[in-house]
Amino acid sequence: MSTDTTIERHRTSALTYFLGQNIGLVLALVMLVMAVILYCAVYWIEQQMLPGNFEITSTVNNTMPLVLSAIGQAFVVLTRGLDLSVGGIMDLSNALAAVYIHDSVASMVGVSLVILLISTGLGLVNGLLVGVGRLQPILVTLATLSIYQGIAIRVLPQPGGVIPPVYTSVLVNPYQPYALVYILLFAFLWYAFRRSAIGVSIFAIGNDEQAAMANGINIVRARVTAFTLSGLMSGTAGLFLAATATAGDATTGNGYTLSSIVAVVLGGMNLFGGRGSGIGVIAGAFVTTMIVNILFFSNIDPLYQSFYEGLFLLIAVVLGTLISRLLRRRS
Amino acid sequence: MSGEPDTAGETTAPAIEGIKLSRAFGGVQALDNASFSARRGEVHALVGENGAGKSTLIKILGGRLLADTGEVRVDGERVELRSPDAAHGRGVWTVFQELTLFPWMTVAENLLVRREPRGFLHLIDRKRMAAEADSILVELGIRHIDPSKLAEDLSLAQRQIVEIVRVIVQQPGILLLDEPTSSLGEKEVEWLFGLIRDLRAQNKCIIFTSHRWKEITDIADRITIFRNGVELGTFTEIDESKAVTLMTGQQVDAFYPQPPALQEKRPRLEVKDLSGPGISDISLRLHAGEILGVGGLAGHGHRELFFSLFGAEATTGGEIVVDGDKARINSPRDAAALGIALVPEDRKTEGLLLPMSVGVNLTLAVLPRISVLGVIRSAREAQLAHQMVDRLKIRTPGLRNPVGQLSGGNQQKVLLARWLLADSHIVLLYDVTRGVDIATKHEIYELMLSLAREGRAVLFYSSDAEELAHLSHRVLVMREGRIAAELKAPGITAEDIVSAAVREATSVVD
Repeated sequence: MSTDTTIERHRTSALTYFLGQNIGLVLALVMLVMAVILYCAVYWIEQQMLPGNFEITSTVNNTMPLVLSAIGQAFVVLTRGLDLSVGGIMDLSNALAAVYIHDSVASMVGVSLVILLISTGLGLVNGLLVGVGRLQPILVTLATLSIYQGIAIRVLPQPGGVIPPVYTSVLVNPYQPYALVYILLFAFLWYAFRRSAIGVSIFAIGNDEQAAMANGINIVRARVTAFTLSGLMSGTAGLFLAATATAGDATTGNGYTLSSIVAVVLGGMNLFGGRGSGIGVIAGAFVTTMIVNILFFSNIDPLYQSFYEGLFLLIAVVLGTLISRLLRRRS
Repeated sequence: MSGEPDTAGETTAPAIEGIKLSRAFGGVQALDNASFSARRGEVHALVGENGAGKSTLIKILGGRLLADTGEVRVDGERVELRSPDAAHGRGVWTVFQELTLFPWMTVAENLLVRREPRGFLHLIDRKRMAAEADSILVELGIRHIDPSKLAEDLSLAQRQIVEIVRVIVQQPGILLLDEPTSSLGEKEVEWLFGLIRDLRAQNKCIIFTSHRWKEITDIADRITIFRNGVELGTFTEIDESKAVTLMTGQQVDAFYPQPPALQEKRPRLEVKDLSGPGISDISLRLHAGEILGVGGLAGHGHRELFFSLFGAEATTGGEIVVDGDKARINSPRDAAALGIALVPEDRKTEGLLLPMSVGVNLTLAVLPRISVLGVIRSAREAQLAHQMVDRLKIRTPGLRNPVGQLSGGNQQKVLLARWLLADSHIVLLYDVTRGVDIATKHEIYELMLSLAREGRAVLFYSSDAEELAHLSHRVLVMREGRIAAELKAPGITAEDIVSAAVREATSVVD
């Protein structure tokens, strides 16, 4: 057949088309910029200056556990599931770190690796129950959330333990926002995941499970991997949480189950699977923290914080949905 | 030779064969001890009514389904095709009827899924992937599909083409195509047949199903006919009327009952310039006692039209007039209040409550009539349900059995009965006979006619042009969301409908 022919493309609307395809990511980044501007504004009004190194460092450090747990959640959301055990795994990882990590380098590295291994195993348990056992993700992870929390409480019944200062300064340096390096690392890892065979499989089952099967994709393996990765990320998040707090508490991870879902949604990822970007999810995690910061500097009564957080979330979701509908109609 | 089963001894082992295959879905025996074989270097057509077992056979040969009993052989060797992957390993590739593209991936990603070119760190190289997709499409003469587009933004015909291309590039030794032409226009069909002829020249084995007789005789070397899950023989040559008689099990004329003559012309439903997603400027008039057929290729707006009229799909302009009054239909509830009923094709997701009983499903639309202060009087419910079961010959073990246990045809009858009970005077039937067995099909036809005789107005879409041609007073043919032609009985043929549907249909290939 003729070879001089070329593909006809729709160049005129290339930008609109790109926006339509990556709307979630674009909206998440726009939201992040807006949140930063708003934060700077309320900060200026309160303090008559712009946020400095200290504020940036503490924002980045405080967001790290959420960034990590949200990326973990994202793997599962891509497969059309939810992982409610994120908080439980973080609790356990946090508690184990507080009890067993001591001052020596060997202990810091060795125990951390063991904790990550355990967290990965807990994720694997979720994955096997959902993937091989064909059980509902929400039911499975609701149950394992309680179980993992229970074990965490057993490990560390009272808040306490000590995290070596060296450990803290390596993970979440309190003086400089070095933790941004980890963000870049995870952004790159996401980039690689998106371009790997397992990444394609996980996206594929979220697109259409039947189609994935017809294409010979191993859907059980993809699903198990998603939950396992989620466990690994939650475990990492627990370590960062311990490092930030410099001590352990077997309950501080609880809130991350829901806030990781919030970050995933704000990051523009589709809760029905198959669509979304890890970069967007990282942005979503920062937006979530920014909202809390903005509320803090707006002098809102802490009693109403939860109310306003919910309100912000609702507004963000409604706006995001409206804009993406508008864009998709035009493209 | 003509018309005789082909029993010539085969010197080499067939490329692929199914021996005494059976497979049941719930209560329906989709394949019943059916055998089939195809050789290399031939194009083999599977024909039969909807629900005759062709798709089930293709799925079994393609590794999508396992047979309950029987065996599959490839090149004479017994194989267990437990997954499409296992079939691929044997060189068997399938273009399935329900499309298997990933909607939120690009055409390039879809074309090269699991075979993506790798680059740095063994990661997928998107640039090379795009370039490869380009060259694949260009080489096959497809210039109107942009590989950077998302699959969900393609037209149905374009999606079908991508689906075919994706399998062709695997250089299958045995190629199975399940109704590959149902959403293609004339030019695309020609393009596909060009590819198939090339493959035949390369001594490949090609098996396909189609409902269009002309296509079958154009390209098939042999034809195997199926009815009710049983193969009725393989032919090298057979004329259409004999084939149809075999497929339906009866003479065509007797099979389709005559629609009753139209008495008065009282419009019940008038649609003026109705537009919405997928449809534009639809105008039609449906009279009492009339069966108005709607035909055309799949994906040309029928579904949108029917669901708009039932309030299940939003419209952007136009007017709907019911019995002379302008109607506002914003939800199925509005439609039901105006006496409009919809029987959809996908009864599993769009009409029946499968785990609930036959009785509940039958009386769902008349709950107020059988309730006192919101409490259902079960005696009244049973009485009405019994009437309907008798009248429609619904084959059910009892009223308390879940509808999900019934066969597809009987489920369809339960839905029809529900709207009969509800006294709906405008009945929208959307491809109701799809996947229904022949006997039940006939009963549904009779039921349609009795609806018309009672003075109800029937709007009737079918993917089976033959059915439309025989049962309708008039047929509207839709193309690209518009009404492209109106055909009047008597004298409508299935060919008229198909040719009106494909005329000038936009083409994806050159």
